[in-house]
Amino acid sequence: MLLIPCPYCGNRPEIEFAYGGEAHVVRAADPRKEDDAAWTEFLYFRKNPRGDHAERWRHAFGCGRFFNVKRNTYTDHIEASYRIGETLP
Amino acid sequence: MTQPYRLSAGGRIDRARTLTFSFDGKRYTGHPGDTLASALLANGVHLVGRSFKYHRPRGILTAGGEEPNALVGVGRDDAHFTPNLRATQVELYDGLTSESQNRAPSLERDYGAINDVFWRFFPAGFYYKTFMWPRKAWTKFFEPRIREMAGLGRSPQTPDAARYAQRFAHCDVLVVGAGPAGLAAALAAAKTGARVILCDEQSEAGGSLLAEPDAQIDGLPAAEWLKTALAQLAAYPQVKLLTRTTAFGYFPHNMIGLAQALTDHEGERSDAQPRGRLWQVRAKRVVIAAGAIERPLVFPDNDRPGIMLAEAARIYLERYGVLPGRRALIFTAHDGAYRTALALHRAGCAIAGIVDLRPNAGGPWVAAAQKAGLAIYPASTIATTDGRLRITGATIKPIAGGSGQRVSCDTLLMSGGFTPSVHLFSQSRGKLVFDATLDAFLPGAPAEACSVAGSAAGVPSLAEVLASGAEAGAAAAGGSAVSYQVTNAPVAQGGFIGAVPYHGDPGSVRAFLDYQNDVTAKDIALAMREGMKSVEHVKRFTTNGMATDQGKLSNMNALGIMSPVLGKPVPAIGTTTFRMPYTPVPFGYFAGYARGELFEPERRTAIHSWAEAQGAVFEDVSLWKRARYFPRGSEDMHKAVARECRAVRNGVGIFDASTLGKIEVVGPDAAEFLNRMYINAWTKLQPGKLRYGILLREDGFVIDDGVIGRITDTRFHVTTTTGGAARVLTMMEDYLQTEFPELNVWLTSTTEQYAVIAVQGPMARKVVAPLITGADISAEALPHMSMVECKIAGVPARLFRVSFTGELGFEINVPADYGRAVWEALMASGKPYDITPYGTETMHVLRAEKGYIIVGQETDGTVTPDDVGYAGMIGKAKPDFVGKRALARKAFAEQTNRKQLVGLLTDDPTLVLDEGAHIVADPAQPKPMTMLGHITSSYWSETLGRSVALALLRDGRARTGEQLYVPLATGNARVSVVAPVFYDPEGTRLNG
Repeated sequence: MLLIPCPYCGNRPEIEFAYGGEAHVVRAADPRKEDDAAWTEFLYFRKNPRGDHAERWRHAFGCGRFFNVKRNTYTDHIEASYRIGETLP
Repeated sequence: MTQPYRLSAGGRIDRARTLTFSFDGKRYTGHPGDTLASALLANGVHLVGRSFKYHRPRGILTAGGEEPNALVGVGRDDAHFTPNLRATQVELYDGLTSESQNRAPSLERDYGAINDVFWRFFPAGFYYKTFMWPRKAWTKFFEPRIREMAGLGRSPQTPDAARYAQRFAHCDVLVVGAGPAGLAAALAAAKTGARVILCDEQSEAGGSLLAEPDAQIDGLPAAEWLKTALAQLAAYPQVKLLTRTTAFGYFPHNMIGLAQALTDHEGERSDAQPRGRLWQVRAKRVVIAAGAIERPLVFPDNDRPGIMLAEAARIYLERYGVLPGRRALIFTAHDGAYRTALALHRAGCAIAGIVDLRPNAGGPWVAAAQKAGLAIYPASTIATTDGRLRITGATIKPIAGGSGQRVSCDTLLMSGGFTPSVHLFSQSRGKLVFDATLDAFLPGAPAEACSVAGSAAGVPSLAEVLASGAEAGAAAAGGSAVSYQVTNAPVAQGGFIGAVPYHGDPGSVRAFLDYQNDVTAKDIALAMREGMKSVEHVKRFTTNGMATDQGKLSNMNALGIMSPVLGKPVPAIGTTTFRMPYTPVPFGYFAGYARGELFEPERRTAIHSWAEAQGAVFEDVSLWKRARYFPRGSEDMHKAVARECRAVRNGVGIFDASTLGKIEVVGPDAAEFLNRMYINAWTKLQPGKLRYGILLREDGFVIDDGVIGRITDTRFHVTTTTGGAARVLTMMEDYLQTEFPELNVWLTSTTEQYAVIAVQGPMARKVVAPLITGADISAEALPHMSMVECKIAGVPARLFRVSFTGELGFEINVPADYGRAVWEALMASGKPYDITPYGTETMHVLRAEKGYIIVGQETDGTVTPDDVGYAGMIGKAKPDFVGKRALARKAFAEQTNRKQLVGLLTDDPTLVLDEGAHIVADPAQPKPMTMLGHITSSYWSETLGRSVALALLRDGRARTGEQLYVPLATGNARVSVVAPVFYDPEGTRLNG
């Protein structure tokens, strides 16, 4: 079970969290200006890397907040966690 | 005489007390401190099991958790029975009942042993090839026969009567293994003030020190030093010592799973006390001091009862005061076996000889054996053994060749050296490094915050083991290591991997390397002839190291056999993955408290107890219990639902809608937030008005729906589907926190704060109105799709004028604590109108008659608002809402044959179609037919006196009037496509 550092609450066990998929998938401020290809990319395409991955977690059974985590998908090591709106360290 | 092989003194057993136990119905005695294995050996019992495949008679091979043969079932009755326990780990208690496995009718006479006679026909992988033909025989003949043969122990048939506990724990340093290395590590860590957990799978801490009569540590005999060390540890309040506790799994981020046996050793335990406890320990640092496992030697017929590992025999002697036999032959490539020979010799056991594979073994142990006058056969091997249910002798041959010499013996003790126990380290994904001098894989670079100490790291002598433990413990806790003075503990060296040299045809003999899976050296050779080059393929083809063995005994010998054949050094072949659990853990440990009623929480509404008292039949809707129908007298569901439907259409019905999800959306930007989430327009909705909302996912498909009320300018009462409440709140939070953080909105789940009572039917207002204070609920003041805050029966309420039945209706939201009181007040008020409680089944029928969809029934995650005919609800002027851009994609706009919601009427009005059935144009077309859609809802409509169905149909709206077919098990039903509203299409009744 992962030990996930919630930027608001500190280290907590994985069972308190819900996974939220890849981070930094930006929803365009005005979707009308996006062409179909861009919107399809936004909807369906994700990186799924073997290695470092920026991903969203929600401290569902805690503060309830979404935040971002940089995790290595191969080793499961978490390098950093940071708040929504902050840039990948 | 009982226990003929028990010595009169020595060991850690309590001879003052005698315990009685049974094995296969026969009664024996033993002493506290015994394991089942040591007690059986004390009684001269070696034959304890039959092997998995060939049903060969097998004896006790080891003294620990690596035991492959002595697998037994233990328990006083079926509810307390555990199969496949290792007799070497079962602590003896008075009255213990145990049985052998994989034999019929008895261990001595086993029908399955026929497999052994025909062993040549059952090589590795035989079942992959043999049972291929004829094809049909697989399910009818082969599989049932194989299932009967497979497995070892019998599964208990009654539920486990035991209880299990679970616990989370945190510590600075977790030390796995309480042998000398683990104790030194724990002491060093504890000294710094660190929180330490020290666990060991055995009944008492000490590891190898429990069978150490010679060595002295810091001037004390090992056993005395052990006492002192344990007393020191006990004096630290922040140190926890857990015995009978196996670290079975190493999980990410230093989470270690421990299985602690609590009452198994206490005899016929009370079920009030938990039998075992699962620990999930999060450790800052882990020190693995798991020791090493002695390897068998792979020689022909090395599996007869009486053949044992040399160190195991020494443990039985020193710890339990038990002789393995009267005349022992030693076969070794390691000095440790000389130590065993000397100890047995001293204890009065004849030594038939020491056969050493090594040509010129030397060192203190060999010298001592020579001095004691023991016969040593250097550079020799054992060519074969004899004896059916117990070894009676063996043939010794020089490796160089020449004639063999048979010597008789009743036990053969072997040692191929020691394999460091790297299982946990490997589970943690630490890299293993091959050490050519030790012929062993040792822990290399760790992947987690852990280190390995003692024999598990390949450290040879007791002095170095203690030093490495102290160093690891100190390093883990940031302290400094103390040093230990060890005397009288000469190092034992040597080792061998692979199959021992054999001069005859290796295909004609069986030399076992995985006892549990009956894998022989010949099988490994066959696997390689068949083209398996990777160790993982060989493992799967032969089953070597599978199941509970996980390579404990077999792994290195398999690599030793493969290496010369493949012409590759062992590290180039690599090793198989060590999987958890280290030793088997009963399922109950993992289930813990989550059994029976606690398996899944059950959610009940405030009105549940009333419905229960009325004899309602309940159904599960997500975790909720919902009243499905309220049978009267001998009514079945069909009759009850017909009556409930008539009551709502003609009079008045009452329905518990409390399970609907409810979210309070509050804030200056609440309307704008809903604009962006739901397809509908919310800005112009006036306070006091309701609107039916549709929620899409970002990909444009319907995910939820519900009526939303505007309480004030800045406050909305959102309802969701029963099953979707949590999902919708999470989705709203997601957008609010990550996409629209500029919006000033609060979201609060209020699902359980409100009880919701629906009163529906032409008489509904007459029932509700007399109870209302503070509001006018007349048709003019409170028209359909409006709401008012008022009091009902004195209780504050949000009164919604809304209908999911098509009749005049109210949904009354009151604080949950008052739910039942208001329900009963409504029942009393409705008595003159014969108010009828109805359940979810009637609700489903009534809404289907009106063509109201249920998300998850008419939708399946691939349905757009237009597909279900709700395109008109989309707020056209809105620049954006979740799913809008996706729906505007060309892929949607240009698609012409989407499935659309329609109604279907069967030609035969009494025929109720099967939900999920497919729709075709021509049932006579060749298969596979072109399917046009499927039935989503289908009911008997009591109101219309005929069946009705809703369906998703390709180009459905354009097909109105067409006649299509629904192939059913009972024949092809012809149906007409109609609009999906069967009752009161103008909606006049809603406005009553």
